[in-house]
Amino acid sequence: MFRRINLLLLLAFLVFPAAALAVAPALGPSPPATQAQIAALQQAVREAQTSGDNAWVLVSATLVLLMTAPGLTLFYGGLVRRKNILGTMMQSFAMMGLITVLWALVGYSLAFGAGNGFMGGFEHAFLRGVGLSPNPNYGGTIPEQSFMVYQLMFAIITPALITGAFAERVKFSSMAVFLSLWSLLVYCPMAHMIWGVGGMLNVAGGRWPVLDFAGGTVVHITSGVAALVCALYLGKRAGYPHENMPPHSMVLSFIGAALLWFGWFGFNAGSALNAGPLATSAFINTQFAAAAGAIGWVISEWLQNGKPTALGAISGAVAGLATVTQASGFVQPMSALGIGLAAGIVCSFMVFKIKRFFGYDDSLDAFGVHGVGGTIGALLTGLLASGAINAAFGKDAAGKPIATGAIDGNWHQVVNQATGVGIGWLMAITGTLLLLFLVDKTIGLRVSAAEEAEGLDLSQHGEEGYDFNG
Amino acid sequence: MLKIEAVIQPAKLDTVKEALIEAGIDGMTILEARGHGRQKGHSEFYRGREYTIDLLPKVKIELVVNDEMKEKVVQAILGAARTGHIGDGKIFISRVEDVIRIRNDERGENAI
Repeated sequence: MFRRINLLLLLAFLVFPAAALAVAPALGPSPPATQAQIAALQQAVREAQTSGDNAWVLVSATLVLLMTAPGLTLFYGGLVRRKNILGTMMQSFAMMGLITVLWALVGYSLAFGAGNGFMGGFEHAFLRGVGLSPNPNYGGTIPEQSFMVYQLMFAIITPALITGAFAERVKFSSMAVFLSLWSLLVYCPMAHMIWGVGGMLNVAGGRWPVLDFAGGTVVHITSGVAALVCALYLGKRAGYPHENMPPHSMVLSFIGAALLWFGWFGFNAGSALNAGPLATSAFINTQFAAAAGAIGWVISEWLQNGKPTALGAISGAVAGLATVTQASGFVQPMSALGIGLAAGIVCSFMVFKIKRFFGYDDSLDAFGVHGVGGTIGALLTGLLASGAINAAFGKDAAGKPIATGAIDGNWHQVVNQATGVGIGWLMAITGTLLLLFLVDKTIGLRVSAAEEAEGLDLSQHGEEGYDFNG
Repeated sequence: MLKIEAVIQPAKLDTVKEALIEAGIDGMTILEARGHGRQKGHSEFYRGREYTIDLLPKVKIELVVNDEMKEKVVQAILGAARTGHIGDGKIFISRVEDVIRIRNDERGENAI
């Protein structure tokens, strides 16, 4: 009897599903309720992706701001004489205030608006049309305002870097006017050309596609070359080079440099605009180049001067970081080590020998480190960019990344990079010279000899950085 | 009344201070100074440029004492501050015209 029941059950298990499957297609597509559920799930997935990417971009924005203050303020501040520390810090801090307002009003639009191949337009003045929904051209999974505020931090630090060239001798008011104009007339067009939609150097569709992941050309070449122009135009500090002007606090500079290294992860890895594997690549390349840069400079200095200095070590790290910026989201980790080492050696040579030979007073080596570092970084990117890390030119029909840099076989990219470098130098030289001339002839740039002797803290701000009698 | 000024190595300050107190000195003025005698400075390298630092940190002690205390104080300082190397410093002795206590207007040797 049990055998009979078992047989019946077995038959039921076989027949019923088969019947159901036979009948199912006749019932039609999934009902609206299921459709709605699928749509809701897709939305939830998008939101999850946005939340991860947006979190990383917002954090990166804070990291980049940290690089300006306290990073750069301390780094530069420690390198100048005591009487100029507040003046030096105020120059960077002024950028935080002024550039933020200018960016909101018109800067973002000039950099990332549509415009033409050279400059964005005014369509997004007052951030019109820049809302919380993603812009597919600028990080398709994050609110466009996140992109805007992240880019703002870059726009702030770029002019702040230039202050290193004219340390200890420029009027606060003139500096504020000069750098504000510079950011609109040199930084915004450069950012537009390389990163803006329709930019002539944009990797996607530009006439000469330039690979610049986080701003080697847009930030370091423009500011570094501008720094050189400023140093040559303004002339040397009184007493340079015979007077002793050593850093008044290597301790502050050390802390500043450490904060720069820390913040640079936001500068480079945040430029992935998402929290995915590309951010990881850029993160790793950042660390590797900083370390190799420090080692390169220290060894170079040790061999030349007999002792490795703290200033050399931190300068090397910064040089490595500046140089890898352009390449950070394109190269293999081992390439980053090479890039950093090259930066440490070349930039140290630049600062020890070349600067001395020509005799210009680039007081805090903004050109030697950022200008030169940015230039070699831009060219090395052309050599070492790997489609396996970042398929910047897309993929072919078989899904394989199109050759990106020379290392993939695309030697022409080095030419494109050189074009970007050339345009960067040209923009920086002409724009900076024009504005220096304009500001100097109207309100004057340099402080008077008496003010320079007194120090910026007292002459420009009526304050003293340190009060040892308090 | 004599003024005794001693320029010494900063590292020797504590030892000299104790020796002076033991010698019976009640008050002294300590100044941070920089200077050099025949002691050469040192070189520092910043970004490839050599800086010669020839003003070295020193400490200066100033005392005003009665004439009788002179030799005792000088011996105390010499014993405590001497290392035998260049850079030990110097002692200068000069005459003081008057000493006045600000609190109560006492003058002369009483005010020391």
